[in-house]
Amino acid sequence: MNGVDIVILALLGGVLGLDTVSFPQAMLSRPIVGATIAGAFMGDAMAGLLIGATLELFAVDTLPFGASRYPEWGSASVIGGAFFAKAMTFEAGPLATSVLAALTVAWVGGWSMVQVRKLNAWWARGRHDAVASGSRQTVIGLQVAGLVADLFRGIILTAVGLAALHPLQLAALQSWGSDAPFSRAMVVGAAGAVSLGAAYKLFHAVPGFRWEFLIGLAGGVGLVVLT
Amino acid sequence: MTARPTTPPLPLPTRISIFFRLLAVQSAWNYETLVGNGIGFCVEPALRRLPGGLHGDKYRAALARESQYFNAHPYLTSVAVGALARAELDGEAPERIERFRTALCGPLGALGDRLVWATFLPLCSFTALVAFGLDASPLVTVLTFLLLYNAGHLSLRVWGLAAGWRKGLAVAQSLGHPLLQQSSPQLGKVAAVLAGLALPLAIDRIIGSSDLVLFGTLAGAIAGAVILTVLQGRAEGWKVSVGVLTAFVLYSVLR
Repeated sequence: MNGVDIVILALLGGVLGLDTVSFPQAMLSRPIVGATIAGAFMGDAMAGLLIGATLELFAVDTLPFGASRYPEWGSASVIGGAFFAKAMTFEAGPLATSVLAALTVAWVGGWSMVQVRKLNAWWARGRHDAVASGSRQTVIGLQVAGLVADLFRGIILTAVGLAALHPLQLAALQSWGSDAPFSRAMVVGAAGAVSLGAAYKLFHAVPGFRWEFLIGLAGGVGLVVLT
Repeated sequence: MTARPTTPPLPLPTRISIFFRLLAVQSAWNYETLVGNGIGFCVEPALRRLPGGLHGDKYRAALARESQYFNAHPYLTSVAVGALARAELDGEAPERIERFRTALCGPLGALGDRLVWATFLPLCSFTALVAFGLDASPLVTVLTFLLLYNAGHLSLRVWGLAAGWRKGLAVAQSLGHPLLQQSSPQLGKVAAVLAGLALPLAIDRIIGSSDLVLFGTLAGAIAGAVILTVLQGRAEGWKVSVGVLTAFVLYSVLR
């Protein structure tokens, strides 16, 4: 991964990180979108989609409820999509290592969003009197400052993630000892478990949830067997 | 009580300006005023129409009032912004507006969290995963998700702004609309079917391997989900997975 790749991916991570909360929350930051875009940038949109779908199974468990702390998937999706697309030459391990890198960045990204929120509070506290006097410039200024801070948060997070984790991924792949089907099964099994647990958590109160889920599961298994 | 009919409608450029600002309503979100500054930021274009304009006392007092603490689901802040713009331009008493702001926070937060975050977003995710599992191309999968999600997202924002402006301080009536109140359970049923459908299809496409590996993985996922459900409240599934994957990567590298 060269310098130009890192710069462009970091900008993409910044834009998608911004989408998570600040602007426009159109869910461009969801893994199935962000990782596919990053994969396409690295020349392999299909690889981006594969890891995007895997990360999306995890992301169903983490919804952006109000003031709670949740993972930041925008920057993480860029890392996951780029790493997986770049590591496709390795037979075993690229999915496991790329997913782990993305989940780590998502976790750190959640922490970094809390820091930006604290920074916003600090700025707002210092301008309390101006806001209380109805200063247009201050109200708009706080909004723009928050927007810019969040954009830079995403850019820095993605750049640091790319620079720090990509060499680690390459080192891990070079000494990878598990076979390819088992490696993929471990990752997808974990993702499926998280997704299924999340579906139960979200919808178990819906009348008839078990039957509707089982009907869907039977249909899905049937389609897999038939195709 | 309905809003006074004497207030002229907002000009289209003002409505467009408010709408685009709503997309950035959470930019200055913080743990003290929450989305309060964002509400002031979004209402501001409408407040310019108060007597005295940008430099008038009424404008400054209204902007200060609207920029105080506020909490709501981000998409449904559009309801609050429309209603508050109407109340300010109708010349409602400041104490009444402040009481209204306080009363609006809870319902807008609870309704939006239930309808959007806990139902519609997962439904769109599972729909995209089903498309992916049915061998859709990257472009089709991404567009399926984005078009479906944003059809709901943008419609909700547009409806909220219009309903808030139309009803003013009486906007609570609109929040009781059956479509808003009853759609969560119905969408939840659809999402449950899609979740069941998505799991084997997505796993099959990601693994791309033999049926033995596929059904072994599916069984493992179901067993893992049971464990995570038992652990519910004590550990988040995705965090447990980070631990499991870290251990697996270390094992694969060191073996």
